[in-house]
Amino acid sequence: MDFDDTPEEAAFRGAARAWLRAHAAGLPAHHAMDETTLVAAARAWQRRKAEAGFAGILWPEAIGGRGGTPIQAAIFAQEEAAYHVPTGVFLQIGMNMAVPVIVAHGTAEQSTRFARPTLLGEITWCQLFSEPSAGSDLAALRTKATRDGDGWRINGQKLWSSWAHHADFAILLARTDPALPKHKGLTFFVLDMRSPGITIRPIRQISGKSEFNEVFLDDVPVADTNRIGRVGEGWACAMTTLMSERAVSGGGDENDLDVPTVLMEMQNAPALLDGSAITRLARWHAIERGIENFRYRLLTRLSRGESLGAEAAIVKLAYGRKLQDLAAFAMDAQGYAGLASDPGETFKLHVFEAYQWGAVMRIAGGTDEILRNQLAERVLGMPGEIRTDREIPFDQSGA
Amino acid sequence: MNFDLSDEQKMLAAETRKLLAERASANHLRKLADKGLGWDPDLWRSVAEMGLLGAAIPEEFGGVGLGEIDVCVICEEMGRGPAPLPYVNTIGLAAEAIRLAGSPAQKAAWLPGIASGEVVAVYAWNEGPGAFDPEALSAQVQAGQLSGGKLPVADARFAQLAVVAAVEAAQPGLYLVPIQTPQVHGQALAGFDQLRLLSTLTFADAKADRLPGGSADFIRHLEIRGAVFTAFEQIGGAEACLNMARDYAMQRKTFGRVVASYQAIKHKLADILVEIELARSNAYYAAWALATNAPDLAIAAAIARLSATAAYDVASRENLHVHGGFGYTWEADCHFHYRRARLLASYLGGPDIWGARLIAWMQARRSALAA
Repeated sequence: MDFDDTPEEAAFRGAARAWLRAHAAGLPAHHAMDETTLVAAARAWQRRKAEAGFAGILWPEAIGGRGGTPIQAAIFAQEEAAYHVPTGVFLQIGMNMAVPVIVAHGTAEQSTRFARPTLLGEITWCQLFSEPSAGSDLAALRTKATRDGDGWRINGQKLWSSWAHHADFAILLARTDPALPKHKGLTFFVLDMRSPGITIRPIRQISGKSEFNEVFLDDVPVADTNRIGRVGEGWACAMTTLMSERAVSGGGDENDLDVPTVLMEMQNAPALLDGSAITRLARWHAIERGIENFRYRLLTRLSRGESLGAEAAIVKLAYGRKLQDLAAFAMDAQGYAGLASDPGETFKLHVFEAYQWGAVMRIAGGTDEILRNQLAERVLGMPGEIRTDREIPFDQSGA
Repeated sequence: MNFDLSDEQKMLAAETRKLLAERASANHLRKLADKGLGWDPDLWRSVAEMGLLGAAIPEEFGGVGLGEIDVCVICEEMGRGPAPLPYVNTIGLAAEAIRLAGSPAQKAAWLPGIASGEVVAVYAWNEGPGAFDPEALSAQVQAGQLSGGKLPVADARFAQLAVVAAVEAAQPGLYLVPIQTPQVHGQALAGFDQLRLLSTLTFADAKADRLPGGSADFIRHLEIRGAVFTAFEQIGGAEACLNMARDYAMQRKTFGRVVASYQAIKHKLADILVEIELARSNAYYAAWALATNAPDLAIAAAIARLSATAAYDVASRENLHVHGGFGYTWEADCHFHYRRARLLASYLGGPDIWGARLIAWMQARRSALAA
């Protein structure tokens, strides 16, 4: 056990730190930007990182990555977190989900076609997985991909597609054979978001923002060269992406709120002198440090070449609840006045955002309940839920 | 960076676990408790022969000369049973006090006996209700003689030596006090945990040998070290509870299916798994901070203690609960952890005390870093 850098790690950290100091200092904060500006700034930042060898640290060199270690990726992320660098899910979906799944399940030609433009920020991505009737039960999705000559036609409706309105490409899960059981009739595609027949409708969220979208797919053509993996292999591809999403989500995003920040910003709040408040803050800090230290343990396993199992769900499960609890505390601790923000009280606005985002974190990318089932079943070996539709043809399941 | 135990440490854990599983089964614990015995002296000799008592004691004093992380690994296994042995008290607190604050002569006099298992040493600090404060001790030393009382003291009924916190000329310190003497009176208390015997010790001009390095700051440091060792003990206990609850739920049937198939049970145990994994992660960091004497050791220890206490608390309660009425019987094994979790939660100070310390230390560290 050694939480210190090795000499090689220290050298890498030094190089990353020097480069960030030269290039990231003075970048404007997220909330100062409108969406279009943010996307442009994030693309530009991604390109600078890529050109300096700090993007795609984990990617193999063959597709333009650094071929580095998980520890190096974590070191760069730690150092980068000291700055307000522009980024967003439209880049992270490409870097952490789309390209890894293409590399794992696609052809060499597909890897070449998508990896480098993603790395350079030239293309951004969204995810077309969930549907009105397929959320937690993702494999119940109904969007169809049907053969059309050499290619495919997509018809259906997708939901909760973050930043689809700024995406160039999508990773898409669609049903290619409804006569097969639900998990077996799915196929994975890459969809050009500028194809004809795509309608994107923003969803207004409780925060007033519209980061999520409904996406309607009406006879959208897709070339067979954009199919990832074999026909019927879609579920395995989707699982590859979801595991990486759960391992990365939870903390470090712009809506995060932690105990040190609350202590610093609320030094004069009367509730902070109260013993029970102190006990709760200490508990939440132990949880947030537990998440951080747990991630380090996952990192050690990754760096040994082990793959992460269902226990990666622990990160998101603990993070969402703590975020909601801590944000609620930060609002309540100032009494009635905590719910009203004077112009310029940016911390209160941040707390409002965090409380709202806490609700999202307990749903998106696997609800608390789904994640608990996974932990119970895959880590503790407890029985699976009763599923009446698993083995029967999808078109006879009544879905 | 490497956030995992070494292969040697994993082997140490496996060997310790194997021995304790064979020699400290729940049936064995029941027999000891029925007889009013709070420990197993034969098993103590066996763990001494394995080198577990001397793990952190230097070789020149009869130990094995390993480090703090190895002691943490052993503590976790001790918590799993829970083993009927005073491991954290003797090794994590008393022996560490002598090793770190003792003179060469004191170390030579006592550490070999502790490592060989011949001497059981206990740490006696508390003086009744309330949070422990080394600046507010009433036990007094004058001219090498100790007077006053300590309450409660664990494992004193079978110990030969106590490391006692007391004040001399207004200076708090630590003293080596042989306790099987007429000047030391032990009064057995009815303890909540039958396998951790508690007493009041009353000293009347008992011979007391001051540890040169024992100061108020060192006493606080010893408590911080104890919090890290105890966190591992708590995590071992919590994991044992989770496994026990899972195993029982997997074989117990209601309404035609195993209890483990209900989400009410699955989600309960998944939440406990989360608590344990976060606690283990914090404990690993604290163990490393302890082994390297990192500047944030106190903060890391408080975090580890809070997480481990929370994990063992919920795991021990819900384990009994998942067992239903059977869990409330003497024949089920749940009660050993139900009691031990409470004892470990309170004995070095509970979550309110450590929570207040943590927040205060975080504020102080932030000010120090800003300055």
